[in-house]
Amino acid sequence: MDPLRQSASPCSSRPSSPKTPPCEMLGYVGIEAVLDQLKIKAMKMGFEFNIMVVGQSGLGKSTMLNTLFKSKVWKCTLPGLAMPTPQTLQLKSVTHVIEEKGVKLKLTVTDTPGFGDQINNDKCWNPILGYINEQYERYLQEEILITRQRHIPDTRVHCCVYFVPPTGHCLRPLDIEFLQRLCRTVNVVPVIARADSLTLEEREAFRRRIQHNLRTHCIEVYPQKCFDEDINDRILNSKIRDRIPFAVVGADRQHLVNGRCVLGRKTKWGIIEGQGRWTGPEVWLCLAVENMAHCEFPLLRDLLIRSHLQDLKDITHNVHYENYRVCRLNESHVLPHGPCWVNLAPTPPGPSVAPGPSKACTQAREDSDDN
Amino acid sequence: MPTKTTCPSSQVSDDEQKQKRENIRSLTMSGHVGFESLPDQLVNRSIQQGFCFNILCVGETGIGKSTLIDTLFNTNFEDHESSHFYPHVRLKAQTYELHESNVQLKLTIVNTVGFGDQINKEESYQPVVDYIDAQFEAYLQEELKIKRSLFNYHDSRIHVCLYFISPTGHSLKTLDLLTMKTLDSKVNIIPVIAKADAISKAELQKFKIKLMSELVSNGVQIYQFPADDETIAKINASMNGHLPFAVVGSMDEVKVGNKMVKARQYPWGVVQVENENHCDFVKLREMLICTNMEDLREQTHTRHYELYRRCKLEEMGFTDVGPENKPLSLQETYEAKRHEFYGERQRKEEEMKQMFVQRVKEKEAILKEAERELQAKFEHLKRVHQEERMKLEEKRRLLEEEIIAFSKKKATSEIYQNQSYMASGSNLKKDKDRKKDPGYRFELLCFDVRACEINGGRKDAEEGREGPCTMGWP
Repeated sequence: MDPLRQSASPCSSRPSSPKTPPCEMLGYVGIEAVLDQLKIKAMKMGFEFNIMVVGQSGLGKSTMLNTLFKSKVWKCTLPGLAMPTPQTLQLKSVTHVIEEKGVKLKLTVTDTPGFGDQINNDKCWNPILGYINEQYERYLQEEILITRQRHIPDTRVHCCVYFVPPTGHCLRPLDIEFLQRLCRTVNVVPVIARADSLTLEEREAFRRRIQHNLRTHCIEVYPQKCFDEDINDRILNSKIRDRIPFAVVGADRQHLVNGRCVLGRKTKWGIIEGQGRWTGPEVWLCLAVENMAHCEFPLLRDLLIRSHLQDLKDITHNVHYENYRVCRLNESHVLPHGPCWVNLAPTPPGPSVAPGPSKACTQAREDSDDN
Repeated sequence: MPTKTTCPSSQVSDDEQKQKRENIRSLTMSGHVGFESLPDQLVNRSIQQGFCFNILCVGETGIGKSTLIDTLFNTNFEDHESSHFYPHVRLKAQTYELHESNVQLKLTIVNTVGFGDQINKEESYQPVVDYIDAQFEAYLQEELKIKRSLFNYHDSRIHVCLYFISPTGHSLKTLDLLTMKTLDSKVNIIPVIAKADAISKAELQKFKIKLMSELVSNGVQIYQFPADDETIAKINASMNGHLPFAVVGSMDEVKVGNKMVKARQYPWGVVQVENENHCDFVKLREMLICTNMEDLREQTHTRHYELYRRCKLEEMGFTDVGPENKPLSLQETYEAKRHEFYGERQRKEEEMKQMFVQRVKEKEAILKEAERELQAKFEHLKRVHQEERMKLEEKRRLLEEEIIAFSKKKATSEIYQNQSYMASGSNLKKDKDRKKDPGYRFELLCFDVRACEINGGRKDAEEGREGPCTMGWP
């Protein structure tokens, strides 16, 4: 585990407790029924998931979201329609409730139109950081009330998907700056957008270079290495880490290919199936839809929804939120607050905080100073 | 957007209203997304973390608490019989790790030792209340810490309290009533009738009714099995009617038919523990473990713990709404208190400093005073000494003068004597003269002594004379 990061693994399987002699039970008691009880409770309460997409306009963020959740989450901006580029970065959130087989999911999607679109993109990450911190703040305020609600509504951003334009070279300075600042506050998953403009070899090279960049600049994207708790997790996550960033193609239109209706993009020289393979007119045939060798959208979908959704939420709650809370309670007289805040005597310097959280604090402080 | 819900009608309207209020839209999906695995992800995470369950058993010594727990969990937790002679009620907690398929359960059993044994039982329930509060306090402290690790925290809050009622067949004892009344707002209470094989069926029914009516009339809120979820509502509701459960505990096995079952063997028959006709043990196990364990934990956390937290924080002076009804945050109140505290501390420091300075001054003054006195005394003594010395000097001078005068006299008298001797030549006269004048001789004696002393041994050394008497006598 990274010695600098003092936050322990969020799901440690060995909680600190008094010495417990293991006991042998002589027969079946029925303790495992508690799992069913858990499931029933969870299904009744429903789940929440908040996702944020960040990237320049035209990279296919909205399309990607629609493909991910197989519904019209966002109205896509078609080129040609007079949609002026926003002058400043705005954040737009929309909430949906979707249900599948009895499981209710409250999905909140935050889009960031205008990111990186200006001529001077200096500090364009500030509104985003501000928004994320604001959600943490809201949760914290709810948590420290005297009479608090039974279930605190969770609006914290669980995952931030960052779209890297497919230049084919390496990460740009804007990307590096943004990723550096955000990876400490929120789980970041970088993806290569519009990957249909790169050949397979170019894609691999691009991916390796991006991974190299991330390592050089000490950017820890999700799944973070320091939160792997046991060998199985590490094996599973290493496989994922090897493929990050995923090269994705978003498609929400259906086309007829060989008698089948597939989600894809129609181009002059073939149909690229959004979830499937490339299909050139002569060379490739239409094979199974979920072919991860050709488009990594299924990987992204599996990561975000099918296997790691709970983990994303856990890390947000146990690590990022706690870090924010520590900063906030230690430096409460510096950070900006709501209208009823009264600035009292400055607190004496508290105990030294680990470099990880304090970096986030100093960045937050810089942001607030700049604001 | 068409709503796709499968909930009962009352819930639909609630949800829809809520959604409309919060501006949430429902979406239909055109394919399989895959988040139905979410409950499984949650369950997997819980399996990894392990479960925690804490049971508190309150009841008199010898009523069968340990045996019942052993039977419930089908294990022999190591324990021996408690003595009846403890002067105070103590609580003994022990934690065990149980495994069943892939579920890891950390079970903590807390027993009251010496409950109901004392002659004066007024202090009986206080240790129990204190223990429960202490667990809540520990959790609250952890939650309020700045750097905390709640996911790692071993939750020691009591999730359920099994209250053992002795099978008198009449009614609740006063001690039981008082204890349950105190505990009902702090913990989920499930009353059980212990050693139920001592009551006959008819008596049992009457006893149960009597107990429940007493509890209700005294306002004791025991744990009601939740009846809001349709899957378990029916069974829970029926179980609610069987409270309090009449249980029999036993780990001994007896052969009944061709099976070995857990039972108690009497000369007149065998009481089978897991036979629903004989006792309610199976119901208790079903309710406690299989159906409602999670609900018990949730109730403890969301109801009892929150109540404790609210009371504690209000006691410390925090409120949600400050003066002028503006919402006040915990942080602000805390800051205000800290500010006040620092001010107070500053003031106290100043006070102490002042006091210290004052004391130092006083002490200094005293010391100075003492010094002065000493000085004066010293001066006085010096003066006295000086005076004495002067007196002595004076005396010495006088004596020396006398010596000189006397030696002169002596010299002249010697001359006269020699002259007179030469003139008359009789010694006798001189002797007679001499004898006639004792004062002269005495004076001489004294004089001689003094002269000797004054001159040290000088004259002796010079003239080699010895004894004073020889001087002056030819």
